[in-house]
Amino acid sequence: MSAVTSEPTDPVTRQVMVDVHGVHKSFGPLEVLRGVDLRVRTGEVTVILGPSGSGKSTLLRTINHLEKVGQGWIAIDGELVGYRRSGGKLYELKEKDVLKQRTGIGFVFQNFNLFPHLTVLENLVEAPVSALRRPRREAEATARRLLARVGLEDKADAYPRQLSGGQQQRVAIARALALEPKVLLFDEPTSALDPELVGEVLDVIKDLARTGTTMIVVTHEIGFAREVADTVVFMDSGVVVEQGPPAAVLDAPRHERTRAFLSKVL
Amino acid sequence: MGLPTGSTAAPPGASSPGRGRPSAAPVPDDPGSLKVVPARHYARWTATVAVAVLAAQFVHGMATNPVWEWAVFGDYVLSETIVRAVWVTLQLTAYATVLGFLLGTVLAFMRLSRSPLLQTVAWTYIWIFRSIPMIVQLVFWFNLSALYKELGVGVPFGPVFWSVDSNSLIGTIGAAVIGLTLHQAAYAAEIVRGGVVSVDPGQLEAAAALGIPRLRQIRRIVLPQAMRAILPTAGNEIIGLLKGTSVVYVMSIGELFYQVQVIYGRNGRVIPLLLVATAWYVVLTSLLSVAQYYVERHYARGADRTPPPTPLQRACRLIRTLRAAAAQREQPVVPLKPLGGSR
Repeated sequence: MSAVTSEPTDPVTRQVMVDVHGVHKSFGPLEVLRGVDLRVRTGEVTVILGPSGSGKSTLLRTINHLEKVGQGWIAIDGELVGYRRSGGKLYELKEKDVLKQRTGIGFVFQNFNLFPHLTVLENLVEAPVSALRRPRREAEATARRLLARVGLEDKADAYPRQLSGGQQQRVAIARALALEPKVLLFDEPTSALDPELVGEVLDVIKDLARTGTTMIVVTHEIGFAREVADTVVFMDSGVVVEQGPPAAVLDAPRHERTRAFLSKVL
Repeated sequence: MGLPTGSTAAPPGASSPGRGRPSAAPVPDDPGSLKVVPARHYARWTATVAVAVLAAQFVHGMATNPVWEWAVFGDYVLSETIVRAVWVTLQLTAYATVLGFLLGTVLAFMRLSRSPLLQTVAWTYIWIFRSIPMIVQLVFWFNLSALYKELGVGVPFGPVFWSVDSNSLIGTIGAAVIGLTLHQAAYAAEIVRGGVVSVDPGQLEAAAALGIPRLRQIRRIVLPQAMRAILPTAGNEIIGLLKGTSVVYVMSIGELFYQVQVIYGRNGRVIPLLLVATAWYVVLTSLLSVAQYYVERHYARGADRTPPPTPLQRACRLIRTLRAAAAQREQPVVPLKPLGGSR
C-alpha cells in the first residue's frame, strides 16, 4: 500500500474509519444480522465473503443507513451514522442530515443504478452540485478527471444504456468518487457482469486500493480478495465467523463453515 | 445442400416455389437464385375491396348529400364568434390541465407519503371526485354562492379578517375552471402515482446513497423517468378534457359547443354547425397529439440506444434519398450534361 511510508507500519495504531458495533437487523421475523462487529482502518481494504443470505449486503446497507439498525451502532470517522448523541440519549437524524452524512460514504450497487435519463457526465455532476453545492464548472472538471481515471473520458456525453455493463459499473464507481467519500462500499460490484467484463471493474477497484482508499467490498471473487484485501471477513447466518489477513482466512481457515464455503467456491 | 449433383429431374421440394415450371432451367443447388412467388391472400383482398367501396360511398355521401350544407360550414368555421369560442375552449383546457396536474401531482405524493393522514386525505379526495359526474360537480360550483355566500381569510374556526362575496370572486369561468380542475386532479393523481411507482426503486436508492436532497430526488431523478409512463395516459386525459370542456355549456359559458348551439338555435342549421364544432375539435386534438409525440420523445432520452428520427427528419432523409436516386438515374443517360449545364 502506498500509505505505508507515511503511516505507522503497525496497522493497529491506524485510525478506525468504520466501526460496526453489535449490529442486529431484522426484516419481520427474519433476523438477518445477529450481532456483527467490524472495524475498518483508514486506507484499508476489507473484503466480506459468505454464502448468499449470510447478511453481507444488509450489513453494507446499514453502514450508509439505507437500512436502519435494530440494535447496536455504526460510526464512520468517529461520527454515529443516522443518530446524534446528546445528553445520554440518541436522537434519530432527520432525513436531510442523513443525506448529508451519506455524501461521505460512497456506495456502488450490484446493478449500477445509474440514472438512465442523464448522460454519464450529468450522472457524475448531479450529487456534487445538488448535495455539496459545488459550482457546476468545478464539478464537471472533477467528473472528467474521474472518467479519465476509470478509462472512460470519451464517454462523457453517452447515456448509460449505450455502455456495456463493465463500463456502466466503472461510471458508477466514478460517480461515487465524485463526492470524495471517506469510505467506499461495494455491494457485489461484478455479480451482474458477463465474465469477460469482470476484470475491467476489478482493475479499477485494485487501482483505488493502491492509492489508499478505504473500502469495504462484498464479493464472490476469491482471487480478488487474496490480491487486494488487507482483511478478509467471512460471514454466515448474520454473524462474522472469522476474519483476518487473506492468507490466514483463505488458506488456513480455522472454522468448519469457512472451510466448507471455500471448498465450494475455490 | 441435399443435392450433391445438379440432377435434371426436379425434386418434389423444388417444384412448389417454382409453381409448375421448375424444369425450364436446370435445378440449381442454391434456392436463393429461384424466383419467389408471393403467397395469395384472397380473403384479405376481398375485405380490402369491400371496405374501399364502403369508404368511397361514405366520402361521396359527405360531398354530395345537401344536408351537410358545406357552404354554411364554410361561412361559420372561421367566423369571429366561433374563433372566439375556440379560444375560450382552449383557455379552459389549458387552465384545467395545468392546475389539475399540479394538484394531481401533490395528491399523488400525498398518497405515496408515509403519513397515514395524508394518504387517507388523498385517497378520499380521489374517491369522491372520481365518483361525481363532472356535469353534476360543475352545476354545484355554479351554485357555490348558495352553499357559501362569502369566502374569507382568518383563523380556522376563529375570527375572519377579510371576506368577499363568493360570486364576485369566482364568476362563471372561474367556477368552470375550478370544476374541471378538481375533476381532472383526481385522475391526474392516479396517473402520476402510476408513473412514479413504475420507476425502478434502485433509482431512489442510488439518489439517496449519493445524498441528493429529497425534493431534488423527485424533480430530477424520479419525475423525468416517471414521465415515460405518465405521458401516454396524460395525453389521453388532456384530449378527453379538451372535449370534456363542452360539458360546461350547462353554465352558459361561451365555449365552442355552447356557441354552436346558440347559432343553430337561431338559424336552424344544426348539421353544418355541428360539423363546425367537430372540425375544430378534430384540429385541436390533432395538434395535441403532435405535441404529445414530441414531448414523449423528449422524455425518451437515454431510453433507446439510437433514438428514432422525428417525422421531419424522416421527410428530409426521404427527400435526400430521392434526390440522390434521381441524380444517379440522370447521370448514365446523359453523362455529359453536368458539364454543359454548369452555367
